[in-house]
Amino acid sequence: MSVILQTRGLSRSFSGLRAVHEVDFDLPQHKIRALIGPNGAGKTTFVSMLIGRLPPSSGSITFEGRDVTALPAPKRVGLGMAYTFQITSVFGKLTCHENVALAAMRRLGGDTAAVDAEVREALTRVGLADRAADVAGDLSYGHQRLLEIAMGLAQRPRLLILDEPTQGLAESEIADFKALIRALKAETTILLIEHNMSVVMELADRVTVLNFGEVLAEGTPEEIHASRAVQAAYLGTGTEEASC
Amino acid sequence: MSARYYWGLHLGLIALLFAGHFVLPAYQHGNVARIMVLAVYAMGYNIAFGYTGLLSLGHAMFFGAGMYGMGLLSYHFDAGALPAMAAGIVAGAMLSLVVGLLALRTAGVSFMIVTLMFSQALAMTLVYFRDITRGDEGFVIPSATRRLWGMDLSDEAHRYLIAWGLFSIVLIFTLWLVRHRWGRVFVALRENEERASLLGYDAFRTKLGALVISGTISALSGAAYALLFGYAGATFAGVQYSIFPLLWVLLGGAGTVLGPFVGALFMFYLIDLSSGVTDAYMLIAGVALVLLTLFLPQGLVGEVKRRLWRDLP
Ligand SMILES: Nc1ncnc2c1ncn2[C@@H]1O[C@H](COP(=O)(O)OP(=O)(O)OP(=O)(O)O)[C@@H](O)[C@H]1O
Ligand SMILES: [Mg+2]
Repeated sequence: MSVILQTRGLSRSFSGLRAVHEVDFDLPQHKIRALIGPNGAGKTTFVSMLIGRLPPSSGSITFEGRDVTALPAPKRVGLGMAYTFQITSVFGKLTCHENVALAAMRRLGGDTAAVDAEVREALTRVGLADRAADVAGDLSYGHQRLLEIAMGLAQRPRLLILDEPTQGLAESEIADFKALIRALKAETTILLIEHNMSVVMELADRVTVLNFGEVLAEGTPEEIHASRAVQAAYLGTGTEEASC
Repeated sequence: MSARYYWGLHLGLIALLFAGHFVLPAYQHGNVARIMVLAVYAMGYNIAFGYTGLLSLGHAMFFGAGMYGMGLLSYHFDAGALPAMAAGIVAGAMLSLVVGLLALRTAGVSFMIVTLMFSQALAMTLVYFRDITRGDEGFVIPSATRRLWGMDLSDEAHRYLIAWGLFSIVLIFTLWLVRHRWGRVFVALRENEERASLLGYDAFRTKLGALVISGTISALSGAAYALLFGYAGATFAGVQYSIFPLLWVLLGGAGTVLGPFVGALFMFYLIDLSSGVTDAYMLIAGVALVLLTLFLPQGLVGEVKRRLWRDLP
């Protein structure tokens, strides 16, 4: 099983605060990996370094055998990485169609028909097909999250990084989301930051737990669920997720 | 609304202005010729400011580069109209490339200040080397240059038609560009640069491209202005001429293809009409501008787009 993404000693501090510290991480291809951890554990910081939004303080990142540590974000996207934001960051004044078209256009170029088809498919997959002409800023928060995911899909990435995609979604939408991710597994590798334990338990092949910027545990969902260290980490910060 | 409608609208304006050549009274005929050339400048500015979100306070340097690139070749070397025009356009393209490479390392207020400083530097250079540029006085473009294919360009009719031709070409080019994927990436950068980068678009290179297109069109306008109206002067490279296109674009509607023309037309006639009524015409013009910004913050065409025609390019 080939490793698509690898980090060695990856660290990032913010003026003394060690947000991510010496993380060694291996992600096999065509798997769904969940990244969990209490608030402030460094999950967003970690994936921001993977995609190139944030330069690491030290350490290295390898994507498909190539050292991408010094590569700017657009180049990494060109290599097949995609990232959806935890805090929705759609183009608020543009329509849903245009948002997704921008995601598809880099890969498909000026082929308008192919872009339109890709947009329609991505919007359909997240259940927003009938909102194509709506202005993104007018959508509900949950629908903006789905639009983010559609923008990720339209890039047809080799690695899709989703930062808390289900935050703000209704129960029925979460169920659809699970089905969508399961279907995607055949096409791509998924790194999923998630607070919702039912999503993690049902989708993930393996789970990595971050705590205070370090890898606390890694294993199958069942192993993680049973781990006392993980429970202690969650209980220590007083979040409810541990009880799920 | 489908592409047919907005092509109809834009080509309709072009046809209307062509008809103007035959029906406008002499005074208006001259005004509209001048407005069309200035609208080319505004359309160039709009590509940087309106579509890409690059608020430059120094576009007069590109207008001036076009004017002087064309004018100096004509003045010192008796160049023909076409080589002189080409020199102006190339000067603007090169200047915008160099300025872009430096200024686009900054953004927002710093970008405004850096472009302003570069533009001031050019204006001062033009005044300083008076042996070559005739300094503040400027110079008249020799009549040898103002001929093209047997036409005398100081003739009102030829002047109008050439202004109309340039205006039409730039308008259609803009309409094509903003619907092309490059233009759509310009808008993406304006709206959310980080998001655009994370969709794989190189922000620096794209903005550089937008600035060079914008600067080159501005230079085309400056060169045509000198060629058609027969004079090059340092005021055209001054701060005032950096503010004008910003005002025209804001009044007409930033990020709309027709906005720059409508804004330039509106402001020209606002000043023209109010100066016929009172000496304090700038006061009237100023009040009108304030009212417009208060009640139509998107500009004239911008409000039409917002209220009636959302996907107007
Ligand atoms: N730009 C920044 N400047 C300073 N500190 C930061 C910055 N970004 C994150 N941090 C800090 O780094 C730590 C890790 O933050 P991060 O956002 O990566 O956590 P997270 O695991 O994604 O949390 P959450 O579950 O709340 O999204 C936190 O203490 C946070 O305050
Ligand atoms: Mg986070």
